[in-house]
Amino acid sequence: MKRGFSILAIITALLLSFALYEALVAAPTERTMGDVQRIFYYHVPSAWTALLLFLINFVSSIVYFIRKSAKADILALVSAEVGVVFCTVVLVTGPIWAKPVWGIWWDPADIRLNSTLALWLIYISYLILRKFSTSSKTASIAAAWAVFGALDVPFVFFSIWFFRTQHPSPVIAQGGSLDPAMGRVLLINWAAFLCLAWLVCWTRYRLEVLKREVEEAQALESLHEVSR
Amino acid sequence: MSFLTVASATLKKDVRLEWRSKDAINAMLFFSLLVVVIFSFAFDPTAEESRRIAGGLVWVAFLFAAVVALNQTWARELRNQVLDAYRVSPAPANPLFLAKAVGNFIFVVVLEALMTPLFIMFYKLRALGPGWELVPIALLGTWALVVNGTFFAAISIRTRAREIMLPLLLFPLSIPALLAMVNATTSILTGEESARFWIALLVAYDVVFTTACLLLFETVLEAE
Amino acid sequence: MASSLTTVVVTEGLIKQFGRFAALRAISETFGGGKLYVIVGDNGAGKTTLLRTIAGLASPTRGTVSVLGATEVRQVRAQIGYMAHPSLLYDEMTGLENLRYFAGLYGVSGEDRCRNAIKTVKLDPDLDRPVGQYSQGMRQRMSLARALLNDPSLLLLDEPFSNVDARSAKEMAALLAQLRDQSKTIFVVTHQPALLEGAADEFVAMEMGKVVSRTSILQAAQ
Repeated sequence: MKRGFSILAIITALLLSFALYEALVAAPTERTMGDVQRIFYYHVPSAWTALLLFLINFVSSIVYFIRKSAKADILALVSAEVGVVFCTVVLVTGPIWAKPVWGIWWDPADIRLNSTLALWLIYISYLILRKFSTSSKTASIAAAWAVFGALDVPFVFFSIWFFRTQHPSPVIAQGGSLDPAMGRVLLINWAAFLCLAWLVCWTRYRLEVLKREVEEAQALESLHEVSR
Repeated sequence: MSFLTVASATLKKDVRLEWRSKDAINAMLFFSLLVVVIFSFAFDPTAEESRRIAGGLVWVAFLFAAVVALNQTWARELRNQVLDAYRVSPAPANPLFLAKAVGNFIFVVVLEALMTPLFIMFYKLRALGPGWELVPIALLGTWALVVNGTFFAAISIRTRAREIMLPLLLFPLSIPALLAMVNATTSILTGEESARFWIALLVAYDVVFTTACLLLFETVLEAE
Repeated sequence: MASSLTTVVVTEGLIKQFGRFAALRAISETFGGGKLYVIVGDNGAGKTTLLRTIAGLASPTRGTVSVLGATEVRQVRAQIGYMAHPSLLYDEMTGLENLRYFAGLYGVSGEDRCRNAIKTVKLDPDLDRPVGQYSQGMRQRMSLARALLNDPSLLLLDEPFSNVDARSAKEMAALLAQLRDQSKTIFVVTHQPALLEGAADEFVAMEMGKVVSRTSILQAAQ
């Protein structure tokens, strides 16, 4: 396990550096938007990674219901935490990109950004729920909430999509085909982000496992205390 | 103890208890008036503008009323640990949930019915589209808020900061439903678009989440 | 109906943990039927947690508990009666209204059952006062009536005599002895074990999450 972790860490470091170079230097400059467009290489892969992590959260929550496995519960917690971080990146890079390009910070009819915002809110409340729970079955309650959150996702997309069709937005959607060179850089960045996400999740997972082991040990120790 | 017997007995009991606390009813009446008055001071539009924003205004007011109602869903059961008496009995969990959700629904719909004529008056509202469609929108939208709200009120029993937890869980999840309610209402008032898609969305939302609540309520109830 | 030969509650390595605090520490005990058990111990000894686990209100962190032969307590809920220090009754309804509602939860129909339960605890079924206006003694007795509605074979009482006037307490204690004589199994958690000195079959002493002694003599338990 330890060796796999070190290998992943090295690969991640290498990929991230390479991806950074590709995104900021090697990739061709966009015709109309200029260098600002390079944020795209952070914005889009973060969004895909966040979505993947939330999918993992949903699946682990279901697994928890079926198997009541502590590992599934920890994975659900970890994927939500890291997913929220990547989601935050999307929500921060979005306006930074939008302002110079389209003149506004936030477009209320933008499907992707608004859906991401809704998702971000749902998963933050998931984390707050876990933190504030006083139940000894927090894992079950959190898993229930994760199911609700996941069920909400398609509704979020559809409602904002329809809203957009009724309220045309001043922002011109990114249509047309992507320059293959840009596409390549995008994929490299996504690979780097996936490795980073995996690395962070793995670390956080180990941390949580250790934390629970300590709690168990302390409780167990008090089990064997000699009564006064 | 069949599902229906338990559910109707619980609903009747709740309605009887609400009715007995007569001051609660008076407080409700006053509350409806208060909300509309506050809103009319905060948002003072012309008749033309008001048609555009009334949808949003009215639903925010209804949401506010719903949260106030939802926060006390389980209050009586928590006092004197009555919830333990329910859990210890062989009665299944779902009729309890349904009875509470329907009870909340009735309560909130009554509040809405009190607030609506006041809103119409203060904002000089008139529907330019098919006005009758506002009824299914109101019922479906209220159910969307109440069914999830009753469920999350049960979750918040098992947390600290109970009163904050309920809106914290309810609001993000209700975004699609709120979009639907507000836009459907605005469409009808302005008569500019059809509300059909939004109504369909609300129906789907209600079906999906009512099912989810019924499937998962027992888990939450027993999560001590 | 349990005879004194059958075991009614069996726990094996029962552990209940709240975070870092172990409320029940690997309890392995067998309790036979038709007896009145009085559970004593200091605050924090785990008495309430044990009772709630038997009632199915709390689930074990590890280990097992089997009640009336079932490992899933929910299967035998119809045969259990539970009472705690809070009344488990609606303050705004009268005693009879409360009992009618809870009877419905047990599938017990018939006005008579409710009235009889109230009479058994020596209260007036036609009393029009809401339970919230009862004295503590009356409230506890009404709560006991609620616990007896379904004629349970296993009764679990948590601090039934707390803050109750002496007369009500004595009457309840006498009633419990009667119920035990009808072959019911009764567990009573209390800080006033002397009230049940003549009637109890066993005094179960708990300390820091463990059962430290089980005797039929009160002095030995204290």
